[in-house]
Amino acid sequence: MNEQPYPTVAKLSPEALQRQKSRSKALGIVLGCLVLLFFIVTIAKLGGNVYNRAL
Amino acid sequence: MSLASEHLVTESCLAQEARPLASNGSARDFYELLKPRVMQLVIFTALVGMLTAHQPINPIIGFASILAIAIGAGASGCLNMWYDATIDGLMDRTSKRPIPSGAVARGEALAFGMTLSIGSVLFLGLITNCYAAGFLAFTIFFYVVVYTMWLKHWTAQNIVIGGAAGAFPPMIGYMAVTGSFNIETFLQFLIIFIWTPPHFWALALVKTKDYARAGVPMLPVVAGGIETRRQILIYSALLAPVGMSPALFGYASPFYLVFSGGFGLVMIWLAYDLSRKHEGDAARKAAYRLFGTSIIYLFALFAALLVEEVVPMIPWANLWGRVFL
Repeated sequence: MNEQPYPTVAKLSPEALQRQKSRSKALGIVLGCLVLLFFIVTIAKLGGNVYNRAL
Repeated sequence: MSLASEHLVTESCLAQEARPLASNGSARDFYELLKPRVMQLVIFTALVGMLTAHQPINPIIGFASILAIAIGAGASGCLNMWYDATIDGLMDRTSKRPIPSGAVARGEALAFGMTLSIGSVLFLGLITNCYAAGFLAFTIFFYVVVYTMWLKHWTAQNIVIGGAAGAFPPMIGYMAVTGSFNIETFLQFLIIFIWTPPHFWALALVKTKDYARAGVPMLPVVAGGIETRRQILIYSALLAPVGMSPALFGYASPFYLVFSGGFGLVMIWLAYDLSRKHEGDAARKAAYRLFGTSIIYLFALFAALLVEEVVPMIPWANLWGRVFL
């Protein structure tokens, strides 16, 4: 008999669930903004040099 | 169920209990860990420092640099709250902060602060130069290790020396553009440095019991109210000429000289008023008045410096100059 016990998932209260959602949303927005920021900063740092390459 | 599986269930339950609880804080709690009010001051003063460089900088790089400096400052605030969580819980003023209120675990705050510290320093280094990044790293180190871990718990001069950490941002802003620093940004550093003691001691006078309960050797706790009022008056008297110094050294206009001089006199008057009121509601109000005015004073001086830097860049500024100057 091979009964593998599954770990129980902690049940969050509605308030805790709300806080978790707010954290997840904020983290998603921050990560999205970071991706955008890194892209824009990279383009800004490259500047006109983006054309200065061997063809 | 076999004995072996029963054993596994028991182990699993124990592991479940031993596992740290899921994070309990909201996004706002994590935002509060960054001390947003201090960040506002850092953003503003770093911007002024950056503009005094008089060198062109790509606006996107400029914005990203200010963001990195602000996040670095926020990270040091977060690490400060991590280290001082116990004493924060003992003081009324700080007991509602995310860690003592139980919203965020200490370990989470440490990880959050360290991640932001390293990230902000690396990002600033990559987009500007290693000097600015090194200076930001030093500022975080100075605030967290020198001030929070050492000076704050050791000497009544804690905020006098530790105030340097809050005064560095204009120099970092300037350094991000130029890779060096000059007298002008040093004067801006000096304004914030001399401003810090009267600003914090005015608050400490009202919160003396709080600090005494937490065992923090703030000046009013160690030397008493009379000596603190005397020191506030001395530092306010020093602050007035230091506040005027950008104009005295030729970095700002006579308008700034008159404006900063007038506001400096107001600060001296409020400090003098506080020195005469030792007890009761009048003393409390005088301390809060000086505390509140000192915030406006610093913002006003840096706003004046900002205006003087920005106005000449506006095309119609010459016309304004011809009509009114």
